[in-house]
Amino acid sequence: MSAIPADLRYSKSDEWVRVEGDEVVIGITDYAQEQLGDIVYLELPRVGATFAPGDSFGVIESVKASSDLYAPVGGEVTAVNSDLESDQQPINSDPYGAGWLIRMRPSGEEEELMDAVAYAAYLEGRGH
Amino acid sequence: MLKRTPLFDAHRAAGARMVEFGGWEMPVQYSGIIEEHHAVRQGAGLFDISHMGRFMVRGPHAVTFLQHVVTCDVTAIPIGQSSYGLLCRPDGGIVDDIFIYHVPDEFLVVVNAANRDKDRAWLQEYARGFDVELEDRSERWAMLALQGPAAEALLVNAEDCETSELGHLPFHGVALTSMFGVNVLIARTGYTGEDGFELFFKAPHAEMVWTRLLALGTPGSVKPCGLGARDSLRFEPCLALYGHEISETINPYEARLGWVVKLDKGDFVGREALAAIKARGPARRLAGFEMVGRGIARADYPVHALSGERVGHVTSGMPAPTLGKPLGIALVPTPLSAEASEFDVIIREKPVRARVIKMPFYRPRYKKA
Repeated sequence: MSAIPADLRYSKSDEWVRVEGDEVVIGITDYAQEQLGDIVYLELPRVGATFAPGDSFGVIESVKASSDLYAPVGGEVTAVNSDLESDQQPINSDPYGAGWLIRMRPSGEEEELMDAVAYAAYLEGRGH
Repeated sequence: MLKRTPLFDAHRAAGARMVEFGGWEMPVQYSGIIEEHHAVRQGAGLFDISHMGRFMVRGPHAVTFLQHVVTCDVTAIPIGQSSYGLLCRPDGGIVDDIFIYHVPDEFLVVVNAANRDKDRAWLQEYARGFDVELEDRSERWAMLALQGPAAEALLVNAEDCETSELGHLPFHGVALTSMFGVNVLIARTGYTGEDGFELFFKAPHAEMVWTRLLALGTPGSVKPCGLGARDSLRFEPCLALYGHEISETINPYEARLGWVVKLDKGDFVGREALAAIKARGPARRLAGFEMVGRGIARADYPVHALSGERVGHVTSGMPAPTLGKPLGIALVPTPLSAEASEFDVIIREKPVRARVIKMPFYRPRYKKA
């Protein structure tokens, strides 16, 4: 059973969002990293890039698969996790911590996001 | 409804992640593709490959029939040996790649899971006029592969008899032995680029044999492996995968499998077309490549010449775990298949430069006498 922290919100494409002051931190969920397997490649946007909710902001790849990353909220990228450039392992081992992907200053527009209970039910419904 | 092997419950219980492959529900990974990949390169890994098709061919015309439908020379396979071969269409396209094992009084033909029905129909169609019997043993037998440099030492201990059969089994050799009280047909064959064995035995024993093989050596000596590692392990030594490097619209010369086509063995299905293709040279060919730009090429990504013109496609591509970099195989015009040629792979609509390198990427470490 994959971890679903109670204090985060979740997108249908398996990103998580954590509010920190007037910014948000975004990553992929434990379920997503499990499905992908060992992550070996990551493409993240530049600081200053802006995205609408649902836009692809990057690409994440494992041995087996390539997957787009979708912005759960709109806004401007204020930081990216550059530690992941040389080593993507934290995305697998600590997806909600050291494996965070980007920080954004939100525009206020967002995808329909789920709380932890709703996301757990959503995963259940996908036959997890 | 997806088909399941006799080991489906064992895979699920062991926490394997199951995926659809060629109509089958199979484990793609247990602990992780990279870990399983390295286990096979460095130690030993166990695969359930019971989804593969297994046909017995016997009868007075068994040799002449097989000689008629496959490209390799079946008369050159003595009893106790096996050979890689191709079934080709009359136009030279590849129906399937197969392994033919010569056992006393009959041949065992192993075919790809996704092609089982097609191959059975193909063989039956061409068997007309030959005095042969074709028996599908796919459901009755399980098939496991124990692969890796440690496989031999581990497996010798599993044999029931005093005198080991498999210790002196040559490369591609096949013999009948007994393990854990079960009759096992064992062959020194595989699909990983490592020394290793493939085991055939009656399906009801599958779970017992699987469990006992996993318990060989010290705990963790034998790692259960899924189809993910099976794919990355075959990719590095550039072993063809049906539907990727080979298909009905790709001929053996394009796939660099000319060595499997014995034009001088006498007539066989596809011979005329293949002789003509060989004489004029294939217009396109498989080429192994590394990335010059940043990105990972995947199967079906387009390949563009530096002029921008679309000239081919990627057949397989991934980050190669042993070599530690993304590599790929593409079907491109023959001039572009020469080493050091450059082309662009279109990755998410952007051209990324790639350079042709020698195949195989990983030199197989078979145990040859």
